[in-house]
Amino acid sequence: MHWLIEPGLLASSPVRVAVLVGTVVAITSAVVGVFTVTRGQSFAGHSLADVATTGGSGAFLVGLNQFWGFLAFGVAAAVMLEVIGVQRRRGRDVATGVVLGAALGLAALFLYLGSQHSSTTGASFTVLFGSIFVIQPSTVPALIASGVIALIVIVALSRVLLLTSLSPDVAAARGVPVRAVGVAYLVALAISVSLSSVAIGAVLSTALLIGPAATALRVAKGPVRAMVTAAAIGVAVTWLGILLAYDSYYWPPHGHAWPVSFFIVALVVVAYLLTYLHRPARRRRSPSLGTPRAEVEVGA
Amino acid sequence: MSELPTSSGDLLRLDGITVRLSGREVLHDVSFAIRPGEFTGLIGPNGAGKTTILRVILGLLAPSAGTVTVAGQASGSHRRGGLLGLGRPIGRGDGRGGSVVGYVPQKLLIEPDMPLRVRDVVALGIDGNKLGVPFPSRARRELVAETLRAVGADSFADKRVGELSGGEQQRVMIAHALISRPRLLLLDEPLANLDIRSAQGIVAVLAKLAREQQIAVLISAHDMNPLAPVMDRIVYVAAGRAAVGGADEVLRTDVLSQLYGQHVDVLHVHGRVVIVAGDDGEDAGSPHAGDDLAGQADPVYGSGVA
Amino acid sequence: MFSGFMMNTWIAATIVAVIAGVVGFFAVLRGSTFAAHAIPNGAFAGAAGASLIGANTLLGLAVFSVAGALGIGSFGRKARHDVATALILVLMLGIGALFISLGDQYAQETYSLLFGEVFGISPDVLLPIGILGALSVLALLVIFRPLMLTSAMPEVAAARGVSPRRVEMAFLLIMALATSMTVPVVGALLMFSLMIGPAAAARSFTARPWLAVVLSVAFGLITVWIGIAISYETDWPLGFFVGVLGAAFFLTGRAWASLRGRRLLRSRRSSAVPASANA
Repeated sequence: MHWLIEPGLLASSPVRVAVLVGTVVAITSAVVGVFTVTRGQSFAGHSLADVATTGGSGAFLVGLNQFWGFLAFGVAAAVMLEVIGVQRRRGRDVATGVVLGAALGLAALFLYLGSQHSSTTGASFTVLFGSIFVIQPSTVPALIASGVIALIVIVALSRVLLLTSLSPDVAAARGVPVRAVGVAYLVALAISVSLSSVAIGAVLSTALLIGPAATALRVAKGPVRAMVTAAAIGVAVTWLGILLAYDSYYWPPHGHAWPVSFFIVALVVVAYLLTYLHRPARRRRSPSLGTPRAEVEVGA
Repeated sequence: MSELPTSSGDLLRLDGITVRLSGREVLHDVSFAIRPGEFTGLIGPNGAGKTTILRVILGLLAPSAGTVTVAGQASGSHRRGGLLGLGRPIGRGDGRGGSVVGYVPQKLLIEPDMPLRVRDVVALGIDGNKLGVPFPSRARRELVAETLRAVGADSFADKRVGELSGGEQQRVMIAHALISRPRLLLLDEPLANLDIRSAQGIVAVLAKLAREQQIAVLISAHDMNPLAPVMDRIVYVAAGRAAVGGADEVLRTDVLSQLYGQHVDVLHVHGRVVIVAGDDGEDAGSPHAGDDLAGQADPVYGSGVA
Repeated sequence: MFSGFMMNTWIAATIVAVIAGVVGFFAVLRGSTFAAHAIPNGAFAGAAGASLIGANTLLGLAVFSVAGALGIGSFGRKARHDVATALILVLMLGIGALFISLGDQYAQETYSLLFGEVFGISPDVLLPIGILGALSVLALLVIFRPLMLTSAMPEVAAARGVSPRRVEMAFLLIMALATSMTVPVVGALLMFSLMIGPAAAARSFTARPWLAVVLSVAFGLITVWIGIAISYETDWPLGFFVGVLGAAFFLTGRAWASLRGRRLLRSRRSSAVPASANA
């Protein structure tokens, strides 16, 4: 196995940190992602990540650790998305898109100002594509803690979320505060997204959020099985991605590693496509195939 | 407003419910009561206010006037309280966390990849409104299995709920509502999109439940004929007003014409009831319609019709 | 501000705003907001790849945008539409990240591809941008009626022999071609904002399609012109102004719509007529 596991892999401290943080990120993102995909909120999940970018670049600008910037903006955006809460899905998508655009504009500004004031280059790349191998060990406890918190919140809410997605009216009639649950879920999503943004970048945290969850939903039937499968896929993809990224240092062009985010994304997409071998696509019931359907709002 | 005969045995009681939405009066002075074990049809054309009535009963909509009483307790502020507001369901039940009122919504639009099997949906009926993860136990599993059998959904218990037909989905949602041992089951247009066979199947299941478990059923429909054999009483809703009573009391040309505010004919065809709009221009004030009711007290209406 | 090389900038930005205004109107109409965000990111990968192998940048842009559009269009039929879009999006960006890291232009290239480099436009790209932009707008006009029909009533369209699938694919491809040309100007991340903000705002002011398109283009032009002017003075990135102004237009539109809605409501409230029943 020498060609797969290059020398020094497990002895390397950055790799150990990467694996630890990566595992937490993968599990949290996957479990949160199951609900994100089910509720049809992939765009919102992706947008939160991009908005978190603004926070990250802002933090970079003022010299803070980027994670806090990601987190603050992510949570704020989550609450704002819930408040905007337009009834029809298309209206909500447009509103999300506009908020996203404004946030990206701000990010552009922050990154520009940051590059003027400091000599560190590559800030754009790092903020967007992550830096899992250069995570400072001092931030690791905070990262793990936030991942665990997000995970606990989602697991605690899982039944209520499913009930709300099934029928908001039934849930409301049974005393569930549908709006509050929606906000709590979005906050957990924001935390998870901030976390994965630090690890593999804001723009690509969507891969770990959506990919394993969408894959699991195609093969697992019940809720518990879906969450566990998603987490397993996420972790597998992350470990393999870290492994390959480390190995790629020895691949052409020598001395230059390929970005870990590339591997993770590629593996995520491959995993998803593999399910189509096992279960060929069935014809969807919607009459207008290929056109985004106007769906009845399900869940907050 | 004419007073309903007071009876403390009423399971559900609406008194003078009026609802105004966006400046429009959607329901006017609706009153009726339901006793334990009764099978009541909430009948009326689309847009008449049936769903509004159901939402008021469930506490999802606050009426502009009037009161709702469920099992002796005024409904309304039931949702406050409890940890994080995940509080008591409608009408405190038997203390086990069960609720007095079970609700089966109209057809749900469920994505095929929703990670819920039929048995998961039914299990959510036990305690889906609580935080945390349930402890798997044999008692739970058996309760779910038993409820599935009662509605005839055990054969597809492991299918994804998004892959079911309309009729199958209705049974699942009935089981979901049933498992918390409600004393009143509310169903919102369950038969609307079903073929005749499936509709008859659902009605049979409901009738059996009402008989065997003494569960009162309030079922809304725009076509009353599938329900005719099993209905005890009708609440007929049109133009925001209601006429309450037995089928032969309510389904009459004079009664419904007054309700609609225009002449309609109630025809009995081969044992079925058909309601047909009359000629334009004739209204309840015309010489022929409403003759019998002029000057008489109204035992049937709440009040205020024309 | 209007000297020699700046004229290229003004012209390029104007073309981009017009294209974005027209394409954006349809994107908002069809709810293709996510796809509008995803496809320009394909362009990002294309440009990075092209610069890596030394090929023509615009060609790389076009190839990858189109590939992304094809992916979303065909994949979106099998899977959930938003999942397919999300996965194609991250795949494109991941590939782009790879290309950038294999090259050596790292930081600056990333930034300019994503956020735009409008002041570095050379005159020889003006013509291709202009031609492709004109072609895209023309193509949209050609499929205007099937596009409107499938956007509003997909089932009816299908019954009349217009395939919603094919129209969707065509629209995505047009969007890919149009935006790939314009990405160098405002950048992948902000091209989307220029498409959505002005168009969404336009729809709040009017329901008439032609007027909405005109308004959408007008808002877009105002956005880039103001943006270029201020950017020229302050050196701040154009993308910032595009994003913020787009949001400002959108919010103004929403405010206007809600004010107008409230006035209508007040006039209706006086007559509380119970709905007449249909038997």
